[in-house]
Amino acid sequence: MSARQADLSCTTASNRSVEAFDLKRIRADFPILQTLVHGKPLVYLDNAASSQMPQPVIDRLVHYQTSQHANIHRGVHTLSELATAEYEAARRKLQAFLNAAEAREVIFTSGTTESINLVMHGWGRKFIRSGDEIILTTMEHHANIVPWQMLAAETGAKIRVVPMLDNGELCLDAYEKLFNARTRFVGVTQVSNALGSVNPVKQMIATAHAHGVPVLVDGAQAAPHMPVDVQDLDCDFYAFSGHKLCGPTGIGVLYGKAALLESMQPFKGGGDMILSVSFEGTVYNTIPHKFEAGTPPIAAAIGLGAAVDYLCAIGLAAIARHEHELLQHATALLGQLPGVRLVGTARHKAAVLSFMLDGVHPHDVGTLLDEEGIAVRAGHHCAQPVMTRLKLPATVRASFAFYNTLAEVDALVDGVRAVQKVFA
Amino acid sequence: MSADTKALYQEVILDHNRKPRNFGPLEQASHRAEGHNPLCGDHLSVALGIEGQTIARIAFEGESCAICKASASMMTVAVKGQALPQAQSLIRDFLAMTTGKLDADAAPQIGRLAVFSGVRNLPTRVKCAILPWHTLQAAIDSQARVSTETGAEASPQRTDTP
Repeated sequence: MSARQADLSCTTASNRSVEAFDLKRIRADFPILQTLVHGKPLVYLDNAASSQMPQPVIDRLVHYQTSQHANIHRGVHTLSELATAEYEAARRKLQAFLNAAEAREVIFTSGTTESINLVMHGWGRKFIRSGDEIILTTMEHHANIVPWQMLAAETGAKIRVVPMLDNGELCLDAYEKLFNARTRFVGVTQVSNALGSVNPVKQMIATAHAHGVPVLVDGAQAAPHMPVDVQDLDCDFYAFSGHKLCGPTGIGVLYGKAALLESMQPFKGGGDMILSVSFEGTVYNTIPHKFEAGTPPIAAAIGLGAAVDYLCAIGLAAIARHEHELLQHATALLGQLPGVRLVGTARHKAAVLSFMLDGVHPHDVGTLLDEEGIAVRAGHHCAQPVMTRLKLPATVRASFAFYNTLAEVDALVDGVRAVQKVFA
Repeated sequence: MSADTKALYQEVILDHNRKPRNFGPLEQASHRAEGHNPLCGDHLSVALGIEGQTIARIAFEGESCAICKASASMMTVAVKGQALPQAQSLIRDFLAMTTGKLDADAAPQIGRLAVFSGVRNLPTRVKCAILPWHTLQAAIDSQARVSTETGAEASPQRTDTP
């Protein structure tokens, strides 16, 4: 079955009418949104860190454990066959979600971080030599920096960094100039978790491919918020985490082009990733199983499939539209407040708003907003290089999801005003 | 606002945040240490002029949140001019108070620092309040650098990219 024929293909869902986006019904699906924090209704604006789970996904996890669970891939009994079918069905849902050409190009991992480490170990350690160059950008999350530093330290390769403008956009001219005969790999984030900048990854991939260089896209902050088509992007690897798009923690995806994955060495060794084992010689399994050693997070993968179904039923395009409205409202209101500085003002942004209050440390802002029931994040957001580039120790970050409302944006702004009063 | 947070962001602390005492560089320091909270970006350095067994001079610098800065400011006021054994005892008492192991009422030498007692109920902010005190201890012990993430002296492993 091709990806486009899948019942809940995100491509067809995105054509649904705007009326399908019923915010009240959506919020009713998320029980945690009824929580009170310090006696106030929770205003959850930390979605870049993790997203909340709707009841249908919670129910799917419970149903799996209640009626379907057994270990997968090797059993001959009914439950094992059922669990295997559900796990592989989840893989096909992720294939459709990404519009990958084949299901075997979707590998389940424990999240974006493991996905990137898998590429480093499986591809990087096999193919990168001393003096080779790896291009990263200033705004990468530590997960797309540290594995490459580890690889560089081990192999003697060099890391080159794409510079950034003060508004949080990448310097594309400088990017192109970084390529030379030693360039072997590019790692780039599709959306900055600290600044919300949306990078022109399709264009950057084309540039890299013109030089014969493969590209890994960190999609952790993109996949939950916009339609992603890996064939259209033509990326070589794409990584993201389940818990950032309403799925469980402990599960994520690495997409890789089949030929690349087949050329790679395994990451983790153990059961399932082999065809046969003997002390005289072991034969590795085909993809995707080559990279799924041991019992996988079966329940979590099935839960991720259910989360993808849930999002696709709403439609990623509708989600992007609503979040853009939230971003515009937040940017306008906060941008007008005296003493507030917006950090990250790229022309193309996802619904992430980093900001600073004059004379008030982000940590204090976060604590005092929490007193109002507002959950934001204060710190370097696992992106110390971009903070250093902007000469900031930390920022306050509000990050929106499709279940947030304009009223919650108003609450954030009121909260910020209240914080300013405390420090006046 | 919950009682503990209200207590933390009261006038005394806000005052010390706005106008930190003994803030700035210290000429001819005899002891110095840096402290860092990587989780929130608090960063400060404490410099001492120890003469004999007394902390004759003390100053601190750095960028940090209100709780950290106020704690550092009040700390320098409290230990300036103190003999080393007294200062070390106060460090122990402050750390015990902020981690819930000591009641402020039971330690009269805590004095005005009792305003920080509520931080014991705000686990995410405890490290902010105690960072200056760990840094002071490190300066006294002549350790160059402390981090809230490794407790005592930090010797972080570097990736050393060529």
